[in-house]
Amino acid sequence: MSSSKINKVQISTKINGQDYDLLIPPYMSLLDTLREIVGLTGTKEGCLDGNCGACTVNVDGRIVDSCLVLGPEVNGKDVNTVEGMATPEGLHPLQQAFLEEAALQCGICTPGFLVSAKGLLDNEPSPSEERIRHWLAGNLCRCTGYDKIIKAVQKASK
Amino acid sequence: MHPFAYLAPTTVKEAVEVLNKYGDKARPLAGGTDLLVKARANVWDLDAVVDVKNIPELNKINFDSEGLTIGASVACCHIYENEQICDEYEGIVDAASIIGGIQIQSRAGLGGNLCNGAPSADGICPLIVNNAIAIIEGPNGKREVSVDDFCTGPSKTILENGELLVSIFLPKPKENFGSAYTRFIPRNEMDIAVAAVAASVKLSPDKNIIEDAKIALASVGPTPIVAEDAAKSLIGGTISDELINNAASLAKNAATPITDMRGTIEQRKDLVEVLTRRMITKSIERARG
Amino acid sequence: MVATFEPKKDYKVVGTRPIRHDGYDKVTGKAIYGADFKLPGLIWGAVARSPHAHANIISIDTSEAEKMDGVLAVITHKDMPKAESKMVDLGEGSVNFKWASEKLMANKKVIYKGHPVAAIAAIDRNIAEEAARKIIVKYEILESVTNVVDAMKENAPIILEDLIGDDLGEKVHDTNMSEHIRHDFGDVEKSMKDSDHTFEGEFNMEMVHQGYIEPHNATAVWNEDDQIKIWTSTQGAFPARTQIAGILQVNVSQVKVTPLEIGGGFGGKIPVYFEPIAAILSKKSGRPVKMVMERTAIFETTGPTPGGKIKIKLGVNNDMKINSAISEIWFEAGANPGGMIGPAAMCIYAPYNIENMRIDACDILVNKPKIAAYRAPGSPQVAFAMESLIDELCDNLDWNSLDFRMKNASKSGTRRGDGVRFSKIGLEEVLSAAKASNHWNSPLGNPLPGIKRGRGLATGYWFNIGLKSAANLAVNSDGTVILTEGSTDIGGSRASMAMHVAEVLGIDAHDVKPNIVDTDSIGFTDVTGGSRTTYATGYACWEAANNLVNELKKRASILWDVNSEEISFNDGVFSHNNEEKIISFKDLASKLGDLGGPATSTGSVDLSSAGDGFGMHIVDVDIDVETGKTDVIRYTAIQDVGTAIHPSYVEGQLQGGAVQGIGWALNEEYYMLNDGSMANSSFLDYRMPTSLDLPKIDTILVEVPNPLHPYGVRGVGEVPICPPIPAIANAIKNAIGVRLYDTPMNAGRIIDSLR
Repeated sequence: MSSSKINKVQISTKINGQDYDLLIPPYMSLLDTLREIVGLTGTKEGCLDGNCGACTVNVDGRIVDSCLVLGPEVNGKDVNTVEGMATPEGLHPLQQAFLEEAALQCGICTPGFLVSAKGLLDNEPSPSEERIRHWLAGNLCRCTGYDKIIKAVQKASK
Repeated sequence: MHPFAYLAPTTVKEAVEVLNKYGDKARPLAGGTDLLVKARANVWDLDAVVDVKNIPELNKINFDSEGLTIGASVACCHIYENEQICDEYEGIVDAASIIGGIQIQSRAGLGGNLCNGAPSADGICPLIVNNAIAIIEGPNGKREVSVDDFCTGPSKTILENGELLVSIFLPKPKENFGSAYTRFIPRNEMDIAVAAVAASVKLSPDKNIIEDAKIALASVGPTPIVAEDAAKSLIGGTISDELINNAASLAKNAATPITDMRGTIEQRKDLVEVLTRRMITKSIERARG
Repeated sequence: MVATFEPKKDYKVVGTRPIRHDGYDKVTGKAIYGADFKLPGLIWGAVARSPHAHANIISIDTSEAEKMDGVLAVITHKDMPKAESKMVDLGEGSVNFKWASEKLMANKKVIYKGHPVAAIAAIDRNIAEEAARKIIVKYEILESVTNVVDAMKENAPIILEDLIGDDLGEKVHDTNMSEHIRHDFGDVEKSMKDSDHTFEGEFNMEMVHQGYIEPHNATAVWNEDDQIKIWTSTQGAFPARTQIAGILQVNVSQVKVTPLEIGGGFGGKIPVYFEPIAAILSKKSGRPVKMVMERTAIFETTGPTPGGKIKIKLGVNNDMKINSAISEIWFEAGANPGGMIGPAAMCIYAPYNIENMRIDACDILVNKPKIAAYRAPGSPQVAFAMESLIDELCDNLDWNSLDFRMKNASKSGTRRGDGVRFSKIGLEEVLSAAKASNHWNSPLGNPLPGIKRGRGLATGYWFNIGLKSAANLAVNSDGTVILTEGSTDIGGSRASMAMHVAEVLGIDAHDVKPNIVDTDSIGFTDVTGGSRTTYATGYACWEAANNLVNELKKRASILWDVNSEEISFNDGVFSHNNEEKIISFKDLASKLGDLGGPATSTGSVDLSSAGDGFGMHIVDVDIDVETGKTDVIRYTAIQDVGTAIHPSYVEGQLQGGAVQGIGWALNEEYYMLNDGSMANSSFLDYRMPTSLDLPKIDTILVEVPNPLHPYGVRGVGEVPICPPIPAIANAIKNAIGVRLYDTPMNAGRIIDSLR
């Protein structure tokens, strides 16, 4: 069956607080929906098999690998990406801490780490170092050795 | 990836109908963490995926006097965040807490883990030692299958075309029951078991004699392996290092691993012995409370 | 004549930790990486790849793919320009365009699994990928070789028929050995015989990958006037341009490469993969074409650094001095000549002052992806061998291995393995810092039952490179300065470039606005690699800033109507005649409109030497003796960093390099099957360390300023990947009493060694 015979599907979803009605191929991942349809390229593709966490987004309060979610699955759901973290008042404390602690080198994994870490701090404002390392194990960073990332998350913790 | 349609039925009946219609060209989508990887790798050329998360029965966690029913699409995070499951089914929680990372645990569940049928699946062995039953519905009606018998080969299960795993039933643990699961992985998370062992024990009222036991092994054969001789050797025995070591050695004999990128035959058999010893010990500790 | 500089201490900007200029874009998701780039009318490309590691191509049938709805172009080797056979130096490694072209698109045969055989452009990515599956290729499968020993056997299958091997200057045909080099000093045979003790070891290592998180990507437009525009994530826009032009057989001026943000490279994003293919697809389709590589292909067809075999024999005397050293290095090249034996030979003995030494090194083709640079290419491997053997001999002779290293340490004037003599180096300072460190002086502590704990240390070395860089400055009327440069920023270099300029001009680091621009907008700049960027591009920035000061003195001279040579500049203030007349940089900037117009300057360098870097790492490991599981529980990286311009990012280099080395030591490898395919070509099975696998990585920055740089900078990025592998090997030996000679030193190997 060629793709032209597969009808696109319409979904209604909230992305970073904004309502969207989108028409997407049913086999399109949430990652590609965000990047190619909505134009939010802050969420990164790293491996397409759920092993690097670069594409981490938050769906209804849970962090997920958006490469392993289909776009149609977020119909009626609340999606939050790195682009939604800062407010007109300024950066999210995690973003500020990542800058101050030099917790990024190339920066490709940074959006995923920020969204993951926010998912932790939203529910557990004062995690231990061990808990942070455990929570972030689904996010790979190849540049920093994680040291400064952990310090930044600790800095943004209460 | 072969383009496919997305179907989201809201009843088991509808889901079974569409799965039956598409045959092997459709798959149920629960967490998607195996399905989408396989579709992308062209392991399957699907015409449809059937999202089963809008079906109430598949999303439920339900305790009754008989035991616990976990819907087939319940994600790991909902299992380990449930206090009653944490109290009563510790071995299950052991597994739910280590499948993938946090992102995967938001989506992946025991139902998908079971249906995916990987020899290395973390979720299946703990279900086996908790005497879990798979509740299946298909074009020919409902059937119940012991999880012991669910997997028939690597990525192969007893599910026929059109059949849907609806839920997993776990009998209520008896008094002085404990279960535990662990795997050996080179990293500390985000890894696939080189070898893994689940164990459960039921102790006598004085907690010194093992009245019942079950041991299951993962990643050391084409399917999860129920190590019957090892379990039998424990039953009726008074707890001692010798009893446990003997069972561990019998479990090692039950393992039939291959050598591959994750480990060698010898390494895996040795690991089964070590992990079995550790899991029996841990189950006993938990049973003693 | 090479300029030298006296070290300074009273810096205003150097040594501070400003927030990086590109940081806000990168923490908010606004930064545009290669795969994020879009153009009007953009279509997608995909590649059909060989399932075989070594096979003749009998036929390629593209008809089914061409018939698919949405497919706009299909290309095979017939569409590739015929390139000439010629070696071109790219800074870190070199390239032969005929082989480079055939590596990107197979001609008569495939020589590694995943070798492209056709490429497709289509209206979306999924159609392009589906069309790639419809390319039908008939192969005649050939025997493959995937390790150096098999590749050197008589009757081994020959991978490149037109390869002429260079065996110590002699030409060799029908061989998989592309090059055999030798360095020989003193009298090694006699000195070895005369030594009080001799030790030898053979070390085997598996190939590993750089493991950057961002996939390779490229977007290309081939215009009707044959001007080619490329947007890509690359470690060097200019070396990419050289390669693209060479493969496409056009002039470099026809190619404009715009470097987008890059998500890691570590050497692996110096070679081009998709850029020329996307360009040809664009030419054929008339549309802009974007390509992004899938992870499996990244492992199977890009990057890796060589595994191989290293033998070393050392002769030592009872005075604790190394008397003689002989080594033999066999490195995998991949399916094309690799070129990492030269650096390996330069590094193997570098931390030691040895009078009599010989090195034989061979570059050997195997049916695996052609190797690319990976952070100190060649050095971690030889460090594993050398530093392991040093500890082994110290264990045997009951010598303290840190004292032994101090006794034999290289210093200024010591001759390296390839004959070059060191200028000012800081190895002794590093060893002293290690000896004084909290880590080295802390007790090991008691592990849990069933766990054995050990401590190890090792040194590491990288020579660092200089090469060519350019930088331009322009003054804004508000007193800020626009910096334009050509070094792609892979880890925060914009900040250190701006700091170089700000220090000279006496302004805030954030008053300099760094921009990394395309190849039409700046002078030739070599790769971001070889630990050269802060050193060489920083030097160009410093030079440009000094030139700007001179230009601004001329403007002040107009303002004051004095001779510009009488004007001095200090701390951001121009003054004349003992501060009778003064004006700040900012005030002068605001007046430039009436003082001759825009003030600009340029800096351009070509640096032949760079200043060598040494480090030492200390590691504690816990080993579960029943499972073989190793946990790194404490880690300290000590390194001579010259002068740390931005200490946070210097520490980050030490930490990141250490962790890559930890992964290499314990788990990472190309696990090859008999059919020549890599079994573990995913992040899941390749097993790079996660945050949960690591402790804090402590750093000690030793600053021995490099006299070759105005601020004393030494390259710092590569040294830290060299010590971890032997340091962990030494810690494992210390913990369980057994030494491992092969990598990865994974649980299976540890358990085997204990059996």
